[in-house]
Amino acid sequence: ELRPLPVCLFFKECEQQAFLVHLERFSISPEMATQEVQPNETLSNLKAESDTLKTKLEDERAKLHDVELHQVAEKVDGLGQFIMKTRRTLKGHGNKVLCMDWCKDKRRIVSSSQDGKVIVWDAFTTNKEHAVTMPCTWVMACAYAPSGCAVACGGLDNKCSVYPLSLDKNENLAAKKKSVAMHTNYLSACSFTNSDMQILTSSGDGTCALWDVESGQLLQSFHGHAADVLCLDLAPSETGNTFISGGCDKKANVWDMRSGQCIQSFETHESDINSVRYYPSGDAFASGSDDATCRLYDLRADREVAIYSKESIIFGASSVDFSLSGRLLFGGYNDYTINVWDVLKGTRVSILFGHENRVSALRVSPDGTAFCSGSWDHTLRVWA
Amino acid sequence: MTISTLTRGGAQREQQHCLRKMERVIIAMQDPDIGLKMRNQRLLITVIPHAMTGNDIMEWLIQKYNITDEEAGHLGGLLVQYGYIYPLKEPRSLILRSDDSPYRFQTPYFWTSSRWPASELDYAIYLAKKNIRKQGELVDYEKQNYNLLHKRINHTWDFVVMQAREQIRASKQRRKADRIVLECQEQAYWLVNKPCPGAFDVFDLGPERCNVLNSRVILNRRALVRNRVKSSICLESFMKFCDQYHQHDPIMSGCLPSNPWISDDTTHWTINTDLVGTPTRLRVERWSFSFMELLNDCLGRREFMTYLEKEFSGENLCFWEACEDLRHGESSKIILKVEEVYKTFLSPGAARWVNIDSKTMERTLEGIKQPHRFVMDDAQMHIYFLMKKDSYPRYLKSDLYKNMLSKAIVPQETKKSVFPFMRRQRHSSPSPAMVSQATEDNGKAKGAGPAATNSGTLS
Repeated sequence: ELRPLPVCLFFKECEQQAFLVHLERFSISPEMATQEVQPNETLSNLKAESDTLKTKLEDERAKLHDVELHQVAEKVDGLGQFIMKTRRTLKGHGNKVLCMDWCKDKRRIVSSSQDGKVIVWDAFTTNKEHAVTMPCTWVMACAYAPSGCAVACGGLDNKCSVYPLSLDKNENLAAKKKSVAMHTNYLSACSFTNSDMQILTSSGDGTCALWDVESGQLLQSFHGHAADVLCLDLAPSETGNTFISGGCDKKANVWDMRSGQCIQSFETHESDINSVRYYPSGDAFASGSDDATCRLYDLRADREVAIYSKESIIFGASSVDFSLSGRLLFGGYNDYTINVWDVLKGTRVSILFGHENRVSALRVSPDGTAFCSGSWDHTLRVWA
Repeated sequence: MTISTLTRGGAQREQQHCLRKMERVIIAMQDPDIGLKMRNQRLLITVIPHAMTGNDIMEWLIQKYNITDEEAGHLGGLLVQYGYIYPLKEPRSLILRSDDSPYRFQTPYFWTSSRWPASELDYAIYLAKKNIRKQGELVDYEKQNYNLLHKRINHTWDFVVMQAREQIRASKQRRKADRIVLECQEQAYWLVNKPCPGAFDVFDLGPERCNVLNSRVILNRRALVRNRVKSSICLESFMKFCDQYHQHDPIMSGCLPSNPWISDDTTHWTINTDLVGTPTRLRVERWSFSFMELLNDCLGRREFMTYLEKEFSGENLCFWEACEDLRHGESSKIILKVEEVYKTFLSPGAARWVNIDSKTMERTLEGIKQPHRFVMDDAQMHIYFLMKKDSYPRYLKSDLYKNMLSKAIVPQETKKSVFPFMRRQRHSSPSPAMVSQATEDNGKAKGAGPAATNSGTLS
């Protein structure tokens, strides 16, 4: 049976018609289109209660919201022109760079890529100091141990492994590998806590978990996300007991490490949250999402307090981090750029070009002198 | 050509979010009032209607979004790469030229968001058409794909060829201009959906993510009763924090003598090592910002310990450090550490007895019977706040601190080099791993526990 050619594809009037049809199609929400009809009454009651609660919650939050951040920030001086340049380019990965982390010595970096390679660099001299090939591809998470003596990494192998760094050239790093975490789906992020002895992980299986490195024992697991968890960050607060996570369910959750409870939750993004990072004081955090916005959430006010977005920014933010004083927010985006935001005033200060593919990772150095970006263009860049 | 209609939903996901945003831009660009002015473009001897120049696109973006040339070029380039705008001249090169090169909007029928993933059958028909129309018109990777498809869907190849012929015949009945536009649209669609190997692939998206939606009631119930702080108070604190740390933020205020990444001079790092003889003024000032700042700096902590020992309350800090070590250490050492802490700090007549209130002491002693990682938390917090509220403010007023502050150095800012193109030699530094290995070789314990140093920095 012959399928006819579509007619009227290219006259303006007909093209306008096509627009209308197309728009109409997309105004039907994807949920409606794909949702199965649930005859179950309990489920619909639950949904109704959830919606009511949500509205109530928003009302409560709004009651105490007496001023906007940019209003308070009016009295602060604006920032002048910002000139940041690439000061180092780290070349050596044979495929997409997916993650990176700084060493506490302020100059070393660990990075991981799609082809399974994990490399430790002295970013200052651009020398490679260690390299390990993981048995899996897509190593999406890597972290430097606080002592500088080990690195942790993982990805599609669903595990987080720790490699002690040996300077003996003859020693095979892979031989000393220690398997620590085991999830039932990919590892999306990992971080050492205050010591080399504990690791916090997040996974595509929807959970986060805290592990004892020495024994590989699961110390605590954190359930609450309804979909893949993509990112996490540990609180700098003085009691040091909480962390945040962001996921594909558009939620950012605050967790108590000791009890495993989710103590706060924020859901204002319109798409996956790729990155979360605490504000240096620990009283707030920023998030970057596929909805092309970054947002600031205040933990004491329990609400979103700023949105960093621009109509010309269409692609998702993959990775965010603050400058040392918290005045600047750096965001790496899927359109290869880095946007620099004035956290207080909500405006964009600068846009940095240079990478030739998605920016997938971005971290400010421990002393705030520079930040490093990793990209799908196989390179890492240090900017200052 | 024909493209089979996809089932709604499917594997497409929130990646579509950026495509929706791009479509909004595209729709705005075609708005009769505020959009681009389109005109007829001459392509060889044919006139193509409703086209625009690369320059038009750039100018519209610059105006509408108030952005620079560079950003408009970047954004416009992405619109072309994702197939929403295609070039009429040099159609295989999906870039935006900011000159008078002609471009056209892709019809929504062929939009990336509506026609993904592309059907194999449709691709086969397209390649077959090209092959039939003009022998040798397929380029290398297309020939390869054609052969692969021929093998894979060989059972329907008759249908493929028949469809191809039928479509060619139908298109011959169109006006020349229409035919050219239709061919351009189709070609643009396939250049995006089946790119040349090595070229940019819009569908290179990373590992698959799931997206299950659920509703949560319990969390919301709990959240309703939590204590919240007024926005004005919270937001004011951000102003204060940013202001207080402004001078300490190297990206905002520079650093002395110079930023190592910019000048290649590592002096800034050498004068700020963990246990340097004379710290910098900025560093000592920072100890006064918060108790945590003092404790997080090895030097600050050591100074504070010296002060506490003068006041005969050094055991407080030692206790706090021991608790940190317990909390963050190996699981296997917990029982041992709890015993040590009890013996040294809590037992009656202990050598370094800490003064905790009776209630907390009772609770802690009870908890020690079944030791776990967090058994000292209450006691630790009590001592922490004791130091923070009492000893810390007095330390800041003490001669010890004031002397430190007055002795502290303020490095000279390095003048920009006379010959800026001469790059300094970049010296390497000993790896933290090496020092640890040395201590390991000496038979000492490996790794830096939090009680020893909070960070393993050495440079």
